Amino acid sequence: MKKKNLSVIGKPLRKIDAMAKCAGETIYADDLNLPRTIYAKLLRSPHPHARILGINTARALKLDGVFAVITGEEMPQKFGIMPSTEDEEALAVDKVRYAGDPVAAVAAVSESLAEKALRLIDVEYEILKPILTIEEALASTEDSERIHTWNRQANIQKAVSLEFGDVEGGFARSDHIFEGTFFYQGNTHLPMEQYCAVGFYGPDDKLTLWSSTQTPHYLHRALAKVLNLPASRIRVIAPPVGGGFGGKSDPFSHEICAAKLSMITRRPVKITLTREETFYVHRGRHPVKMWAKTGVKNDGTIQAMQYKTYLDGGGYSSYGLASVYYTGALQTVTYKVPAYKFEGVRVFTNKPACGPKRGHGTPQPRFAVEIQMDEIAEKLGIDPLELRLKQLVEANSLTVNGLKISSCGLRECIEKVAARAEWKKKFRKLPFGHGVGFAASSYISGAGLPIYWNNMPHSGVQIKLDRSGGVAVFCGSIDIGQGSDSILAYAVAEEFGIDPGDIRVLTADTDLTPVDLGSYSSRVTVMTGNAAIQACGKLKPLLLEAASQAMEIPPDDLEFADGKVRSASHHDRAMTFAEVVTKAEGKHGTLGATGSYWPPKNPRDFKGAGVGPTPAYSFTTSIVELHCDSATGEIKIDKVWIAHDCGRAFNPLLVEGQTEGSVYMALGEALMEEQIFRKNGLHKIPSILEYKSPTTLETPEIETILVETIDPEGPYGAKEAGQGPLLPVVPAVANAVYDAIACAFMKCRSRRIKFCGRWMDD
Amino acid sequence: MRKNNSHDKLSKTLLRLHVNGEVHEVATEVNKTLLEVLREDMNLTGTKHGCELGECGTCAVLVDGQPMLSCLMLGIEAVDREIMTVEGMTQNGKPHALQSAFADLGAAQCGYCIPGILLTAKALLDENPHPTRDEIRQALSGNLCRCTGYTKILQAVELAAKEIAR
Repeated sequence: MKKKNLSVIGKPLRKIDAMAKCAGETIYADDLNLPRTIYAKLLRSPHPHARILGINTARALKLDGVFAVITGEEMPQKFGIMPSTEDEEALAVDKVRYAGDPVAAVAAVSESLAEKALRLIDVEYEILKPILTIEEALASTEDSERIHTWNRQANIQKAVSLEFGDVEGGFARSDHIFEGTFFYQGNTHLPMEQYCAVGFYGPDDKLTLWSSTQTPHYLHRALAKVLNLPASRIRVIAPPVGGGFGGKSDPFSHEICAAKLSMITRRPVKITLTREETFYVHRGRHPVKMWAKTGVKNDGTIQAMQYKTYLDGGGYSSYGLASVYYTGALQTVTYKVPAYKFEGVRVFTNKPACGPKRGHGTPQPRFAVEIQMDEIAEKLGIDPLELRLKQLVEANSLTVNGLKISSCGLRECIEKVAARAEWKKKFRKLPFGHGVGFAASSYISGAGLPIYWNNMPHSGVQIKLDRSGGVAVFCGSIDIGQGSDSILAYAVAEEFGIDPGDIRVLTADTDLTPVDLGSYSSRVTVMTGNAAIQACGKLKPLLLEAASQAMEIPPDDLEFADGKVRSASHHDRAMTFAEVVTKAEGKHGTLGATGSYWPPKNPRDFKGAGVGPTPAYSFTTSIVELHCDSATGEIKIDKVWIAHDCGRAFNPLLVEGQTEGSVYMALGEALMEEQIFRKNGLHKIPSILEYKSPTTLETPEIETILVETIDPEGPYGAKEAGQGPLLPVVPAVANAVYDAIACAFMKCRSRRIKFCGRWMDD
Repeated sequence: MRKNNSHDKLSKTLLRLHVNGEVHEVATEVNKTLLEVLREDMNLTGTKHGCELGECGTCAVLVDGQPMLSCLMLGIEAVDREIMTVEGMTQNGKPHALQSAFADLGAAQCGYCIPGILLTAKALLDENPHPTRDEIRQALSGNLCRCTGYTKILQAVELAAKEIAR
């Protein structure tokens, strides 16, 4: 078979679901209306920390139109996304651990009636003193009230410690040591679609759950465990998700309750959370306190780095085990760090659990790294870009903590973003109040390990061909807006030389689609893309053989192109794709194949080595130009330039979209958004009105530069785009503020600049 | 545990609504918002909800050509007024220029906020066929989108304006 030029990959095509979304035809979870549906609501604790002494549901059950009321005792099995820290209950059994923790659920004929019934449930609480800060949690002793009892040390979920290379020697060899403390405020995902689940336990004794989830496979496992049903009797379907950003990656109470209530009532049960509830479900960005120490030579080259991070985890573990490692994993993947030490602690507090938000645990330390790099550059009198350029990680190298970097376009990203933003003309040269700031970052293209230990593929794709010429692609992946369905169509269309429009993609249905682990860790393009290409690779020989025989052309002169299989040397000697499939189907029978993807093996093995490895790292650089009003403290972003090494831009429109969305979300984190609580544990601003996020008026012009490195591990060389581009923008804002109003910024201890990640001694 | 849902008296009122150029008679509760009437009683689920408190713009529909938050308006207030939802933007099978432009430029990621944005943008272009970038920003400033960073949305509105002018 001849290689041809790419005809689909790299082209700015419409997404396969674009028109449906623009016509209002896409069916999201809450758009499902099954006959006989009843509606559920959760009763949530008003106390951040309390023992449950008793729950009386009798009055609620008596209410006309109420079908069922359940409490935690009916499904006490604990669950959680990470197998080693399963500490959640579908409904709290003995104790509530944050204000908003669900304690009971009602199914009724209408939402309003379910709400009315909630008010008739009597819960007796013994109120306990809440632990609301990192410091309070760290100060816990043997005698302290513990939020959980399974963990070894009171109110510490996980403490980790890693050391690589000669750290002491590195600091000893350094001419300068830089130390700093940093704080990065927590914030939440705020997807426009609220959580929704519809459960239906059918007359065939099978459970179907539709849910706006990023991880149908993990949800499937949690349902089987908590409901004590065989997994083979459970079907999880994820309709297109109306935004996730990491917030829909855990199995949730409302999903399990919708299923349980349907098992009891044998009717479809729908539960849609209110916007206020989504602030309490949360699983968003951890607030992290950080201490960073970097030793450098006089020329600025890094000799050693040391980090300590303290994560405010909230009431449950969620992804916390991974989160804490992620606050230490990727510091080494931008600049050469010969020796590195990391200690991280995630504490429990009586607040909604934190989890993975776009960048999962890495934007916080990246904030610290990049501010400290600028500090080093200033002290040593080196341009911040020059300081970085002299010690960039290289392609095909191994970091000191055992991470393998395949392709690396970081240098090109720096050079291009600097040229476009006219860095040299602006840095330290703009008038007072105006500034530019730079930062760089790297991110994973899919986690190297699955969340639960197993040796099975991370992604499976199944392809069916038939005489219609249509191609059906089945995959467990879930499109949360990033375009993962389209990625499958593009990959298969490219392989078979057909139009993506001739491909039907069916995803995220655990009964019908092979397992894919889900839309998290920027894994989907690399993993599903590779699996799809492998499946196509199994079918192509059958098609080529059939075409070769029919046209009497040797297979090595054939190519898939323009909807045909044709002679590469004489394009007019061709059969349509459908004709070739017909021949092959007649010869070989029904045509189908599967493809699987496993990430490369971890280069190193140690406790904690599971967090950080990936098939390929993306790299991003950003320059932010802004101005500050020194009187009011208001910061206005003028423009953001961002260069992103995405490997290959599978579809440049989608890569740009992910990049621009990341910039926007980063600016929200830097300047507006914060997940904050009152002293009684209640969320301070649980509404879109009060939780300020950027509108069209605050979001500046964004100039995106795509750098393509064609990674050997990625499908057609693609890496990731969904998360990495968020990382450099927040520290670039901080560095730009310093450039704008350096002195004022450093000295002001009670400045009005609302800045989520700030020098802690401010 | 099961019970019947018995009502002592009828709780619904019949409303005559003009939606997407069609007249519908809808039996609904008078305290229902237009958003609820559209989604729950008429199964026009293209209109989405993001907060139900008038904060996000997701549920915007056109009422007599003006963008209105359907979560802040009762269904009964919409009687005898011309309502357009996203389902009504496609006329005779032909997508509106805004819909095509949004699809072409990748302006819809998760797509959840898009119906409200399309309709708000349509109201803008109907009134001001050649808006500046700042005028588009102003018009869409009440519609939150968490995916796109607005960039491709603004570009798509400009592209649609050009297409309509051709």
